[in-house]
Amino acid sequence: MAIKTEPFVLNLGPVHPSTHGVYRMRVTLDGEVVVDIEPVVGYLHRGIEKLAEERTYTGVIPLTDRLDYISSMSNNLAYVLAVEKLAGIKVPERAEYLRVIMAELQRICNHLIAVGSFFNDCGAYFTPFLHMYREREKIIDLFEMVCGQRLTYNYMRIGGVSQDIPEEFLPALEKLLEQIHRSVDEFDLFLKENEILLARSRGVGILTKEKAINCSITGPVLRASGVGWDLRKADPYSVYDRFEFDIPTGSAGDCYDRYRVRIEEMRQSLRIIEQAVKQLPSGPVKAEVPHLVRPPAGDAYAHIESPKGELAVYLVSDNSIAPYRCHIRPTSLLNLSALRDMVIGWKIADLIIIFGSIDICLGEVDR
Amino acid sequence: MKFERYGLGIGKGLTVTLKHLFRHPTVSQYPEQRLHTSRRIRGNELVWDRQKCTGCATCAKTCPQGAIEIITSTDLVENKYVVEKYQVDFGYCIQCGLCVEVCPYGALFMGYAYERAQYRRSELVENKEDMMLESGKKQPSGYFYPEIAAKLPRQTLLVEKITEEAPWE
Amino acid sequence: MAIANSGLINLGNPQTLPPDWPGGFWWHWVLFTIVIIAVVIVMVMAFIYMARRQIGRMQSRVGPNRTGPFGLIQPIADVLKVLLKEGIEPANVDKPVYWLAPIVALVPVFVIFAVVPFTDGGMLADLNIGILYVVAISSISTVGIFMAGWGSSNKFSLISAMRVVAAVVSYEIPVVLSIAGVLLLVGSLSMNDIVLAQQDTPFILLQPLGFIIFFIAGLAEISRSPFDLLEADSEIVAGFHTEYSGIKFALFYLVEYGEAFLLSCLITTLYLGGWRGPALPEWLWFIVKAVLVWFVMVWLWATLPRVRIDQLMALAWKFLLPLALINLLITALQVLALPEGSLWIMIPINFALTAVLILVWSKLFKLGWGRVEV
Repeated sequence: MAIKTEPFVLNLGPVHPSTHGVYRMRVTLDGEVVVDIEPVVGYLHRGIEKLAEERTYTGVIPLTDRLDYISSMSNNLAYVLAVEKLAGIKVPERAEYLRVIMAELQRICNHLIAVGSFFNDCGAYFTPFLHMYREREKIIDLFEMVCGQRLTYNYMRIGGVSQDIPEEFLPALEKLLEQIHRSVDEFDLFLKENEILLARSRGVGILTKEKAINCSITGPVLRASGVGWDLRKADPYSVYDRFEFDIPTGSAGDCYDRYRVRIEEMRQSLRIIEQAVKQLPSGPVKAEVPHLVRPPAGDAYAHIESPKGELAVYLVSDNSIAPYRCHIRPTSLLNLSALRDMVIGWKIADLIIIFGSIDICLGEVDR
Repeated sequence: MKFERYGLGIGKGLTVTLKHLFRHPTVSQYPEQRLHTSRRIRGNELVWDRQKCTGCATCAKTCPQGAIEIITSTDLVENKYVVEKYQVDFGYCIQCGLCVEVCPYGALFMGYAYERAQYRRSELVENKEDMMLESGKKQPSGYFYPEIAAKLPRQTLLVEKITEEAPWE
Repeated sequence: MAIANSGLINLGNPQTLPPDWPGGFWWHWVLFTIVIIAVVIVMVMAFIYMARRQIGRMQSRVGPNRTGPFGLIQPIADVLKVLLKEGIEPANVDKPVYWLAPIVALVPVFVIFAVVPFTDGGMLADLNIGILYVVAISSISTVGIFMAGWGSSNKFSLISAMRVVAAVVSYEIPVVLSIAGVLLLVGSLSMNDIVLAQQDTPFILLQPLGFIIFFIAGLAEISRSPFDLLEADSEIVAGFHTEYSGIKFALFYLVEYGEAFLLSCLITTLYLGGWRGPALPEWLWFIVKAVLVWFVMVWLWATLPRVRIDQLMALAWKFLLPLALINLLITALQVLALPEGSLWIMIPINFALTAVLILVWSKLFKLGWGRVEV
C-alpha cells in the first residue's frame, strides 16, 4: 500500500537568517526535495532611479553608493564612467590609477564577504566568516583613511576622484598586500580540501554553459561555468589594458567552482594592485569640471566588471543639471533568473547553499 | 561524499582553528579603548565658521537630501550679509560631504565626532549657535582641509596593530 | 549479584551498596538526587561558558568578558534573562503536546545520570544493567523533540522533527554496537565495573575504531556540529524549538547541553578510564576528562560545516554500521584467542586494523544521492 504524499508550500520569508537581505521565496517541497520555487522581490525598493532624476549629476553619486552597498566603489565608478562618456570629459592619469586601485580593493572586500557568507550558509558556525571579516577590516581602514567613511564612500567624482591619497596610504597598502596573501593561503588551508564542504558543494547546483549564456548571467557565476568572459579583458574600460592578470574559470559550474573562482579572483586582484602601485604617476586627481555639470543631450551606456557581474548604467540627458533618466542594470536580479533551474531537484539545504553561492545583494535587486 | 584524503582536509582545518586559539584576538573593548578614527572622517556633525560664511547658500543647493536650511538677510554688518538662520537637520543628512566640497569660501567643515545619537528626532536639528567653530567646542575633521588633518591624531590601522602569529611562529 | 567474569580482566570485589552510609538507602538516595541535579546544572553552565570563550578565541575574538570578572557570571545572566522572558505561544498549537514536549525531552537526561559513576561507587544506583539502562532511557528524549516539532504548528519545526527522528533512530545502532565492543572486554553491564576494568589501559587504546564510531554517532545523536542540521539555524530558522520562548526554551537549551555533558561523561566512563588518575581526587579527574572531551566537541563545532540529511543517513548506515559490526567481530575474536593478561598485544593490532579499515572503506562507498528527478 503506497503512502499518499502531497507537496507543501514553505515560505522562506523576507526575514530569514540566510537569505542575504530581504528576499522572499515560496518553495514547494515534496518531503525535503524542492519541486518549485517562486521568488518575490521588492521588499527593499527605494526608488533610486526616480530619485536620481531629482538630483544633480554630482548629487546622484551618494545615491549610487547605496545600490550594492557592499561594493560601493564599483557602483560609483559605473555611474561616473557613464557621465564622462556622455559629456566627453577626460580623466587625468593619476585618477585612473587610483580608481583601479580602489576598484580592485573593493573586489577583494566583496569576495571576502561572499565567501564568508557562503560558509556561514554551509554551517561552519561563523568561524570562516569572522576570519574573512577581519581581513576586510584592514581594507576598510584604508578606505576610511582616504575618504572618511567605511561603507558608503562617495569617493569617485565626475572627472576623477574627490581627494588625493594621504602619504600614509601607500606604506599601509604594502603591509596589507602581504598580509592578505598570507591570509588567503590560510583560508585555503582551512577550507579548500574539507571533505564535508566538498560533499556539500561539489556537483551541486550545476549551471551549464549554454544556460548561463542564455540567461544573461555575468560575473563569477558565468566564469565558473566555463565561459572566460571578463569585461576587464573583453572591453577594457579605464586603464585595465595596461595590467597583466589572468581570468580564473571553472569547469563544472557547481557551487564549489564558484567558491574557487572567487578565491582565485582575489589573488589576481592583488596582482593588479601591485602593478598599479608601481605605475602610479603623479598629477592632478580631478579634471576641471564645474559642480553643476551639464552634459549635451543624448544617451550613454557604461558597463564595468563589478565584483558581482556586469554592472551598467544607462544615462539619458536633456542638457539640464539633472539626469533625465538613469537606469541601472541590476546584476544580482539578472543572476537570479537562473535560480529556479539550478535548484529544482535538490534539497532545502542545497537551496540555501546555491542561493548563497550566486552572491546577490538586495540593494541591487530592488534598487 | 568520498573521503578522498581520509579526513586530512578536516584535519588541516582543525589545525588552523587551534592556532587561532593562541593568537591575539582582534578586539578593542569599546568604551574603555577607543581607536583613533581617520583624520578625514565624515563625522556626524557640521562645523560652521561664521566669519567666512557669506550666506551664498551653495551648500544648501548642493545637498542631495535638502537637509540645510539657510536664510540670509540683505542687511550689511561690517560689509557682510547677515545669516539669520542656518539650520541643518541631521536626521536627513547622509554625511556625504558634498556641501563641504562645494563651499567657495571654506566656511563649512565636517565634524570629527561620531557618537552623537539622540533620543528624539527633534533633537537632531541643529541651529547655527550649536555649530559654530568659534565656540571652541567643535573639532572639525580634515575632510578636504589638509591643514586641519595634519593636526589630528594618526588613524589606528589594523594592519599595524594586531599580530597574527602564535608565539612560536 | 553475580558478575560474569570473562577471565580476561580480574575485577576484584564486586561492588554493592556502600555499607557505611548513615541512615542507609534513603539518605543515599536523597543526597545523590540533590548532587546530581546540582552537578548537572553547574556543569552545563560551565560548559556553556567554556564553549563561548573557546569559540570566541578560535574566531579571533574574545568571548563574554563583561559580566563579572572574565565573564564568569554570564551563564547566570543568561539563565535569568531566559527565565524572565515572555513565553509567546502561537494561536493554533496542539496544547497538550506543546506544553509537555520540553518536560518529556528533559527528564530522561537527568534520569540517566543516576548510573554515571563520579567516583568509585559514587553514583545514585549501581545498577547491574547500567549501560543497558542508559541506552534505553536516552531514546525517550527523541519523543519529546518530535512532540515539540509537531505541536508547534510550524512547517519549519515539522521538517526539523522529521529529521530528528530519522537521524536519532539510525544512529542508535552504531552506538549500541560500539558499546557492545567495550562490553566484550569487561564482561559486565554495570558502569562502575566498566571503569574498574580499565586498570591497566583505558579502552580508547584497546578499541580505537569503537571510540571513533561512538564519538561520531554520539555527536549525531545529540545533534551537535557537524551534524546540527536538526536545528540548523541557517536553514530552518531554529528547528523544533522555533516557537518556544521563556522557560520552555530554557528547558530545551538545558536538554541540548545536558545531553552534551552526558555524552562527555559516557565517553569518559567507557573509553577514557572514568575516575581513574594518579594524584588528584577521583571526581576531579572525572570532571577534567569530561571537560577535555567537551573541548574537542567545541573545536569540531567551530571548524566544520554541516552535512546534509541524506549524507547523514548514508554515513550511519553505510559507513558506521558495517565498521561497528567488523569491530565487534574483531574484538570477539581477540577476547577468545588471547590469554589473560596479554592485552597489550591488542593495541598495535587494533590501531593497524583501524587505519586499514578506514582507508579501505573511504574508497569504497558514496554518500548521499545527487539531484532527484522531479
